[in-house]
Amino acid sequence: MKRLKPLEFGAEPMLIEIGPSHPATHGINRLSTLIDGEVVVGMDVEMGFLHRGFEKESENSTYVQVVPYTDRLNYVSPLLNNLAYSMTVEKLFGLEVPRRAQYARVIMGEVTRVCDHLTCNGAMAMEFGAMTVFLWFIKAREYLWELLDEVTGARLTVNWTRFGGNANDLPDGFLTMLEERLKKVEDVLTEGEKMLFKNKIFIDRLKGIGIIPRERAIELGFTGPMLRATGEPYDVRRAEPYLVYDELDFEIPVGETGDCWDRFLVRNEEMRQSIHIVRQAADKLPPGDYINRQRNAWIPDKSEVYGSIEGLIDHFKIIMEGSTPPPGEVYHAIEGGNGELGFYLVSDGTGKPYKCRLRPPCLNYVAALPEMTIGHYVGDIVPIFGSINMIAGELER
Amino acid sequence: METKQAENTTQPQEIPKLTALVLEKFPGRVTARHTCLGDETITIPREGMLEVFAFLRDDKHCRFNLMVDLTAVDYLGLRETRFELVVHLKSLALGHRLRVKIPVPAEDPSVDSLINLWGAVDWYERECFDMYGLIFKNHPNLKRLILYDSFVGHPLRKDYPIHLQQPRVTLRPVRERYDYMCRVMKDPSETEQPPL
Repeated sequence: MKRLKPLEFGAEPMLIEIGPSHPATHGINRLSTLIDGEVVVGMDVEMGFLHRGFEKESENSTYVQVVPYTDRLNYVSPLLNNLAYSMTVEKLFGLEVPRRAQYARVIMGEVTRVCDHLTCNGAMAMEFGAMTVFLWFIKAREYLWELLDEVTGARLTVNWTRFGGNANDLPDGFLTMLEERLKKVEDVLTEGEKMLFKNKIFIDRLKGIGIIPRERAIELGFTGPMLRATGEPYDVRRAEPYLVYDELDFEIPVGETGDCWDRFLVRNEEMRQSIHIVRQAADKLPPGDYINRQRNAWIPDKSEVYGSIEGLIDHFKIIMEGSTPPPGEVYHAIEGGNGELGFYLVSDGTGKPYKCRLRPPCLNYVAALPEMTIGHYVGDIVPIFGSINMIAGELER
Repeated sequence: METKQAENTTQPQEIPKLTALVLEKFPGRVTARHTCLGDETITIPREGMLEVFAFLRDDKHCRFNLMVDLTAVDYLGLRETRFELVVHLKSLALGHRLRVKIPVPAEDPSVDSLINLWGAVDWYERECFDMYGLIFKNHPNLKRLILYDSFVGHPLRKDYPIHLQQPRVTLRPVRERYDYMCRVMKDPSETEQPPL
């Protein structure tokens, strides 16, 4: 619990409880705030209202059964969670992923990242009453969700990646549809920029608010847009390239001061970069298979299951016992919507993970919320909370 | 245990760079090591672990400035020491990663807190305490993080049944919590337990 010395007004500081159920807390979080006049002098964050026991549930499920659970972690960018989990399991199994599947993963992952940042920036603008921007951004997100729907069969709970590839190939006419949607999204982004980038009220509410300097951000374990806003160019896609990111050209936007305005700008530019990546990947999309059909990891197609004895046996073994990896432990991280999204798996050689741990990027941000807020006005809690993009599903698992 | 065997078989002949640095500085302190699937890992005893972590953070060849993840694993019935604290470190300047594991016995599940080395561990240690019941010595505010204060037991321990139900939290007067929070927030030195 952190607090400042009381101001010299002679009045007792007052405690107000913001949340757990409050529109500005984007989910359920309780901020016990101690205020002196209008200045926040102390804050205690209470979380855990959306805890669903992801880790315990995973330890009692087979490897492939965990994939749908990961959709529900960061529910603003579900496909990136799928990707992080599947890639960790692939590392454990030592599975190769076909190049077409890797490119498809990059395309879909970056589309999901755009959805994530659109939601965050849109919600941030909404909280100052800029409802228009929010509605535009949500409209743009809808274009992309329809695209996800076309490929995966679901808008939000996509459950798309499998071990060694994806659940299905990109459908016919996908690339045309993709380009058409990306153009629309770019138009919306331009409109949003015109609306906000020269808007004095908006900039004044964000500039100099919630500053975390670079050294302190690293000390607090920040990653992702929050760290890049302070000027540290750490991006897992560049630092430890996975999939085919080393073949694609993109830039890492960084901020200067690490305030809310920088975070907003970093996310905005990242959307542009993501669209740039998607275009390149779509151009380079090679022909080939969408999944590695290796026994023990691949759930056979139904025609195989009903048509051959090996297929039937594989299907039975994987559904009843689960795919069995070699014993060992593995950590793999990708760049999620919020920062470094890592999975730590311990395998004991059976079909269920002995330990399945998600490294939640927004835990560090919410933990640092008192530090960012204290000394600012009560009204500034809202933009600061908006800028950290707290996703309760990922935070509390 | 099977995991042990896999670790031993995949152990390469040459000692990786970071492990070698720790071995040179603290001879005999590394009780096990492996580079299974490319993740460099060392196991150190909990006595004097803070020295090793301080070395890893400050040495110019290590410079692990980012604490990525802190969690525990419960090896109930599989290993002699039941718990293992697992810390993942990353160096932003040098780009390398290291996993450090510390065995913790069930009889005395306490380890030193890393709070003075990396501020990021604050909530990670609270979560670890919440889920596994490990006690972090010198942690300033070791309370439950995700679960509520009247919760009994630590759910990620292997002997906690998955379907076990806890009694519902009874309705309590709002005033009680409000008064408690007022007392605690206004005087940070207060160490009173929250009302259950």
